[in-house]
Amino acid sequence: MALRTSPEVGGMGHSVKRKEDPRFIRGKGTYVDDVVLPGMLYLDIVRSPFAHAKIKKIDASKATAIPGVLAVITGQDLAKYNLHWMPTLMSDTQMVLPVEKVMYQAQEVAAVLATSRYAAADGVAAVEVEYEPLPVVVDPKKALEPGAPVLRTDKKDKKDNHIWHWEWGNKADTDRAFTEADVTVKEDIYIPRIHVASIETCGCIADFDKVNGKLTVWMTTQAPHAIRTVFALVAGHVGLEEHKIRIISPDIGGGFGGKVPVYPGYVIAVAASVLTGKPVKWIEDRMENLQADSFARDYHITAELAAKKDGTLTALRIKTLADHGYADAAANPSKFPAGLFHVCTGSYDLKAAHVEVDGVYTNKPPGGIAYRCSFRVTEAVHTIERMVDIMAHQLGTDPAEFRMKNFVKPEQFPYKSALGWEYDSGNYGGALRKAMDTVGYAELRREQAEKRKRGELMGIGISSFTEIVGAGPSKHFDILGLKMFDSCEIRIHPTGKAIARFGTKSQGQGHETTYAQILAEELGIPAKDIQVEEGDTDTAPYGLGTYASRSTPVAGAAAAMASRKIQDKARKIAAHLLEAAPEDLVWEPGKFSVKGAPNRAKTIQEIAFAAYTNHPQGMEAGLEAVSYYDPPNLTYPFGSYICVVDIDKGTGEVKVRRFVAIDDCGNIINPMIVQGQVHGGLTMGLAPALFEEISYDEIGNIQGGSFIDYLLPTAVETPKWETGHTVTPSPHHPLGAKGVGESATVGAPAAIANAVVDALWHLGVRHIDIPITPPKVWRLLRDKGVTE
Amino acid sequence: MLVKVAINGEKHEAEVEPRLLLVHLIRENLRLTGTHIGCDTSHCGACTILLDGRPIKSCTMFAVQAHGREITTVEGLEQDGKLHPLQEGFMAEHGLQCGYCTPGMLMTSVAFLKKNPKPTEDEIRRSISGNLCRCTGYVNIVKAIQHAAAKLQGGA
Repeated sequence: MALRTSPEVGGMGHSVKRKEDPRFIRGKGTYVDDVVLPGMLYLDIVRSPFAHAKIKKIDASKATAIPGVLAVITGQDLAKYNLHWMPTLMSDTQMVLPVEKVMYQAQEVAAVLATSRYAAADGVAAVEVEYEPLPVVVDPKKALEPGAPVLRTDKKDKKDNHIWHWEWGNKADTDRAFTEADVTVKEDIYIPRIHVASIETCGCIADFDKVNGKLTVWMTTQAPHAIRTVFALVAGHVGLEEHKIRIISPDIGGGFGGKVPVYPGYVIAVAASVLTGKPVKWIEDRMENLQADSFARDYHITAELAAKKDGTLTALRIKTLADHGYADAAANPSKFPAGLFHVCTGSYDLKAAHVEVDGVYTNKPPGGIAYRCSFRVTEAVHTIERMVDIMAHQLGTDPAEFRMKNFVKPEQFPYKSALGWEYDSGNYGGALRKAMDTVGYAELRREQAEKRKRGELMGIGISSFTEIVGAGPSKHFDILGLKMFDSCEIRIHPTGKAIARFGTKSQGQGHETTYAQILAEELGIPAKDIQVEEGDTDTAPYGLGTYASRSTPVAGAAAAMASRKIQDKARKIAAHLLEAAPEDLVWEPGKFSVKGAPNRAKTIQEIAFAAYTNHPQGMEAGLEAVSYYDPPNLTYPFGSYICVVDIDKGTGEVKVRRFVAIDDCGNIINPMIVQGQVHGGLTMGLAPALFEEISYDEIGNIQGGSFIDYLLPTAVETPKWETGHTVTPSPHHPLGAKGVGESATVGAPAAIANAVVDALWHLGVRHIDIPITPPKVWRLLRDKGVTE
Repeated sequence: MLVKVAINGEKHEAEVEPRLLLVHLIRENLRLTGTHIGCDTSHCGACTILLDGRPIKSCTMFAVQAHGREITTVEGLEQDGKLHPLQEGFMAEHGLQCGYCTPGMLMTSVAFLKKNPKPTEDEIRRSISGNLCRCTGYVNIVKAIQHAAAKLQGGA
């Protein structure tokens, strides 16, 4: 895209330095735990050591005897207000605090309210809870077996642990395609449970003012407006009405989806503040964060792919068990129980596909989805990219050539997939070709052949993903009926400076900078003259928040549309000032001039001043606009990644030697920020591919519940990412942009897994589940007799 | 117990419980909230400060252990309105996103560049391996440290 503004104006395409940075590099950000209010109390939570147990007794007497401990809150206390259970977004229910039994290890059992953080922790240690352990169900397959203990005994008619069955696509056509296929491949793929582990954990300060009845909550939330409405709907019966609730989401230390859900801790803090009339702070520690907050993935997938002899792919068939823990609390606003999983035909022109997913209850924390991903698109991409690779290897075809043959072609867009999505734009072959040229693909294949002769293990893996982001068109998405638009409100001040407020909430993405650049592009006002604000429901226009890469596709579009409304009014004012007809004026970013007389011009700053001082008669003063943008379609960013690995035969360690990522997110607002998003996303793709997993032993003890054994990559394990891009604008987005925050997390794991399997295929290895840890690889090598 | 420390050149004293963690003294008693808390096992490094010039994780030390010693936090890096070259480097190279790990990264790097003014990329990566970042993928943090190293060399 050609630059339309100067670096001083800093519109789209300029790597404008971030407006956020001056406060962060001085330690002057304001995160939730930095806020201290007068008279503030502290809340800490007693958690269950058992994965499934009856609560026989909670004895708080020793706790309340500790100086500074004011109260111990139990499920019985909340039950008086009918707040001991809360609804989930998936029409299920989850406990705030239990009355009868706990359903997973680390579940909230009681809460201690105290005058200091340390007294609250002392209180937690002194609360005595008597449990009666119950049989634990960890494996979702066993959970569905006849005779398995029924977990949701709170649901009167529930006789099993099955939550829902969902299927999509044409089963008859798909089955026929498999019958007629020359070649089919089938694989069981498990995508394990992982956790976002943003470096800031979750927490809040609930501050209820008893005099005016107003509740203010400082909260680590990615969706402040939706939270306000949810609070009003859930707690309206105890007097918390929406105009009396203010949610403030200050600086957020990473979100990645983990700060979308409403966790019990928030609700207990609100209840405690309403009851005491004092501010109550609750900040979870890292172990609570990993052990109890929303997880992602946990999909047990069986996938089959069909092809003709000549290598043309024909059909995809998938069956999946989705382990949701004890409640389906996925932060999934789509109308589909498995989110956007049915984008699983990926970048390939498949004529038939059928997907079945069954949701299952187990004794694990509730949640689902949250890990820098648009509602199950990572599960979809991992499955199709693994299966395509297996098919290519099975047919003895180069995986790059095989992909090229089967891609949806540029001329097929807009493309209707076999599972009903309408892909907006793409040039998949272009991105893969660029990745191959950048990495030196042919030379790497030659090197691999030579190394294989010497017995060395080197692999090259490709992932050519298609994402689906920008939730979303209201035909596919809502939150409690709220359509998933997002918003921008712009006010131009008399001196030509501006403030713009949004319904989204940055958690590190740099919205203060990129949104200002959109206004700069559309209005010609320098980005440095535009203040961007989000995260305060008392001031920002209503919006649904930031997750699933929706800020640029939805709120970014709203920024463009609001700017254009301002430009329309500015044209009328300029016409008045220049004594010309509005249609005779020509716009270039920052000024209107008279057609054929470029010297007769008015800058946007002059027009802004006139809007308050010299506007045409009959026109209202001011230069403001607001836009609520409901996108007509999702956007479909894509890319091709190539990963080169070397495997140590002595230890089984996988070393990522090179990783080339070519992304296409349409038109780019700030290249520096886009590259940063890709770097971070790639690292959150590397993490589950090689290191991160939350698993449970047979009695439901969490493995991976602290940073001792939940392994985030450090700078040492993280490769030096090589990035690049192609540009295929979205035809329906006002700026041609698509969103990029999650592409790399979605696309990277398959490239790494494909590279490892590529290194081992000749030994008879077809598939390895992620995370591909050294012990896992070493055992495989030992079984094949090739360890050193 | 009475604890006396010098923080960013200013003397402070506070009456504290013996068990008070140093990070809580800094954040809550002295209200310097640039030093963050990201874990409970000394892995994340968000709480890194300098104690007598050496980087330490302030969540893993009691406040009373710092008695009589000099502490530098992120708030002490800017001198007379002039940013430290590492602060400039992080801004110039887009070495931060959410900003939560940044103060710890800065403090670790300040000490590292004093010890190793001309580091290789591998040495830089090893030096920050006790500081976790979830946003940047480290590439631009490495560049930011290289940026500062070059600037400090040029200024010497």
